[in-house]
Amino acid sequence: MSGGLLKALRSDSYVELSQYRDQHFRVRRAGPREGQALGQNAEERFALVSLCRLAFCLGDNEEQEKLLKKSCTLYVGNLSFYTTEEQIYELFSKSGDIKKIIMGLDKVKKTACGFCFVEYYSRADAENAMRYINGTRLDDRIIRTDWDAGFKEGRQYGRGRSGGQVRDEYRQDYDAGRGGYGKLAQKQ
Amino acid sequence: IVRNGGSDKNLNSRRKTSDANETEDHLESLICKVGEKSACSLESNLEGLAGVLEADLPNYKSKILRLLCTVARLLPEKLTIYTTLVGLLNARNYNFGGEFVEAMIRQLKESLKANNYNEAVYLVRFLSDLVNCHVIAAPSMVAMFENFVSVTQEEDVPQVRRDWYVYAFLSSLPWVGKELYEKKDAEMDRIFANTESYLKRRQKTHVPMLQVWTADKPHPQEEYLDCLWAQIQKLKKDCWQERHILRPYLAFDSILCEALQHNLPPFTPPPHTEDSVYPMPRVIFRMFDYTDDPEGPVMPGSHSVERFVIEENLHCIIKSHWKERKTCAAQLVSYPGKNKIPLNYHIVEVIFAELFQLPAPPHIDVMYTTLLIELCKLQPGSLPQVVSFEGWFQFALSDCLTQDLESPKPKFVREVLEKCMRLSYHQRILDIVPPTFSALCPANPTCIYKYGDESSNSLPGHSVALCLAVAFKSKATNDEIFSILKDVPNPNQDDDDDEGFSFNPLKIEVFVQTLLHLAAKSFSHSFSALAKFHEVFKTLAESDEGKLHVLRVMFEVWRNHPQMIAVLVDKMIRTQIVDCAAVANWIFSSELSRDFTRLFVWEILHSTIRKMNKHVVKIQKELEEAKEKLARQHKRRSDDDDRSSDRKDGALEEQIERLQEKVESAQSEQKNLFLVIFQRFIMILTEHLVRCETDGTSVLTPWYKNCIERLQQIFLQHHQIIQQYMVTLENLLFTAELDPHILAVFQQFCALQA
Repeated sequence: MSGGLLKALRSDSYVELSQYRDQHFRVRRAGPREGQALGQNAEERFALVSLCRLAFCLGDNEEQEKLLKKSCTLYVGNLSFYTTEEQIYELFSKSGDIKKIIMGLDKVKKTACGFCFVEYYSRADAENAMRYINGTRLDDRIIRTDWDAGFKEGRQYGRGRSGGQVRDEYRQDYDAGRGGYGKLAQKQ
Repeated sequence: IVRNGGSDKNLNSRRKTSDANETEDHLESLICKVGEKSACSLESNLEGLAGVLEADLPNYKSKILRLLCTVARLLPEKLTIYTTLVGLLNARNYNFGGEFVEAMIRQLKESLKANNYNEAVYLVRFLSDLVNCHVIAAPSMVAMFENFVSVTQEEDVPQVRRDWYVYAFLSSLPWVGKELYEKKDAEMDRIFANTESYLKRRQKTHVPMLQVWTADKPHPQEEYLDCLWAQIQKLKKDCWQERHILRPYLAFDSILCEALQHNLPPFTPPPHTEDSVYPMPRVIFRMFDYTDDPEGPVMPGSHSVERFVIEENLHCIIKSHWKERKTCAAQLVSYPGKNKIPLNYHIVEVIFAELFQLPAPPHIDVMYTTLLIELCKLQPGSLPQVVSFEGWFQFALSDCLTQDLESPKPKFVREVLEKCMRLSYHQRILDIVPPTFSALCPANPTCIYKYGDESSNSLPGHSVALCLAVAFKSKATNDEIFSILKDVPNPNQDDDDDEGFSFNPLKIEVFVQTLLHLAAKSFSHSFSALAKFHEVFKTLAESDEGKLHVLRVMFEVWRNHPQMIAVLVDKMIRTQIVDCAAVANWIFSSELSRDFTRLFVWEILHSTIRKMNKHVVKIQKELEEAKEKLARQHKRRSDDDDRSSDRKDGALEEQIERLQEKVESAQSEQKNLFLVIFQRFIMILTEHLVRCETDGTSVLTPWYKNCIERLQQIFLQHHQIIQQYMVTLENLLFTAELDPHILAVFQQFCALQA
């Protein structure tokens, strides 16, 4: 008779998944070569491969969501280039013991480029970080945290053309903590 | 909607179930939302909702019963709204009223059995407010309270059990005192007399341990039952006039007084069992009074019942919405009646009361700080001033200049600046602190390498250190490092006995100094170094002395960077280079005595204890899971009658046996850790007390006050684990021969669950 929690009280919006999905996320599997083997002719094989790719894409999304829902790793964005691992440790330790921090690096310069991954030992600690550290300040900047499917080698690098993050390629404003003007604006 | 080719009948019943679910969700939403901001008045919303629910009773009665019981339990800040709703339903449907009361009593019994005492209080309060709504007859409520207070006569039960029943009675009276007194004053007076005599004779040993401020001025820190009793006494003297509580049922008096009332069935408090765990006593934290905010409404006095009700409701709001910081802040600032009370002061006081609650705050620390930020965002014109008024930096900073740096105020400022530095960087602190206060600034967190400069040429091991440095830079392997270290002489021995792997402090020194120095760039670099040369570390630190020396050397290298020390200790424990007991012994060692009162030392010790606790829990869980797996296997076997799975059992049973041993070993290590810590505390405190006695000086030095409270902190922060060791502690460590100063701490701790 004691019953469960009311839906209104179950609300935990800070912990919910955001809309963002890593477009580079792939489940490791054999390629759609089976599709290539089958099929009577090139057109049929092409159709089968396309169908496989679509299925894999949906499967990737599904798999990514599954991982995000039980992840202990957070992506942290909008950091200053000068924010150190030590500062991040101090702030994020407030919600629990940190297992690992991986600083995001410029792919070319190998210097900090304003993001990092924070991995906790327990999901509960990561959830508290999403509830109480996301949207607060570090180095006088509002930082943003989001669930991450898990660090894989290579993901510590920015994906922008110049080596940093994509957002720093195209932005028009001046941000002293993130290398000044955006890369495109700098070239102009 | 799942499409399938089933029969029409299936499709219909499936549709009906999904419709029913929708209606149930809708009902839940209606019930939860009533009382929130709306275009219509609360009264018309309640009336409308009562009509809807009455109409749905034929089909959804049990769901509605369950929902109403749940909101009674989980939304106590809206108590009177829901009691009014139940009152209206009872007026329309007498049987429903009766069933609801029965359901509530069942739920109360379940809550008590499940040790959900905090929720049980809300249920009792709900039942008592139902008297005001003409659902429950006053005499039967009085009878229940008589039974509650008669628990104070029980013998051989914990005081905390008697306390709870008294609390449940007293804390309902702001809502229903008037009505009960009007109907049954003689009986109520008798109950009061019994309550008063109990409160006079009960033990209050636990109070000093739970107080936040040590002085009673300007804000006395009262024991929670004493405070509530004073509040109820004052209410009684004021003829039960209470004007703060929102009472929607008053608007419906003409309808409700026509309703037939139900009698509460006689309620016998469930007996005390070994598994009963009652709430701990509390001290009411106060930081404001009527002198604060002279321009706004006056703050109700500490013994006014309004103060009690406001604080209860604000605590309930935080309890309901702690996961949603924006909602929580919004609900707090929209507390009804906020024009008559200095609401922002109440909110801040309630938040700090939770933050400072002993033994532990109800929620994680960072929730409260972020909540305060959200509140400041909502009320930027008024709230920040409240927080800073009582702000710790308002006290005269000039005191810090004239006082010795080790006395409390300067020490506090130094620790705060060190924390600020961790969130920023050293130069920033130097930039913002005025030059006159520069003595309070933290040290530059740089590495200290003893073999670094020319003067170190004469140090023993210097050449090996240089050799190691070259090796590390050329990506040497563990074996190569071992061979370099092989030739390091052991200053502790005349002749080397074996292969040279016994405790050799010089080996440890050159290795740890050089490696940590080379890896000093960042935490990641240092962790990498620990991982790469884990084998060397494990070998050098094999003995207890080795472990202690590794910690010592690490501390020498990083003594300017407490944050680095903490993360290195953490990593060393997790990679089993050192164990928890070694860390405890290191903390109490003479090398750390100068820093013994600094925050980082206690951060490290508590973090170490927490790791130990989590480790035990993890292995216990593994054991439980293995046992469950075996039980499932057995069940499947008995279902299948398959005799061949005997073999499968064997492997699992072996695993269970191994895990059982692992659990016992971990629990033993855990107990040993606490014993070591308590033992060391007793040693240093006794040493101090004896010295003061011989010298004739006062015992109460800043160091002593710090140390004895750190001992208290160990008890409070880990009380659940320590409860298991009470017998050992009493017989082995906290015996009658102990100095009374130290014994008092133990006795106060025992009083928390006595």
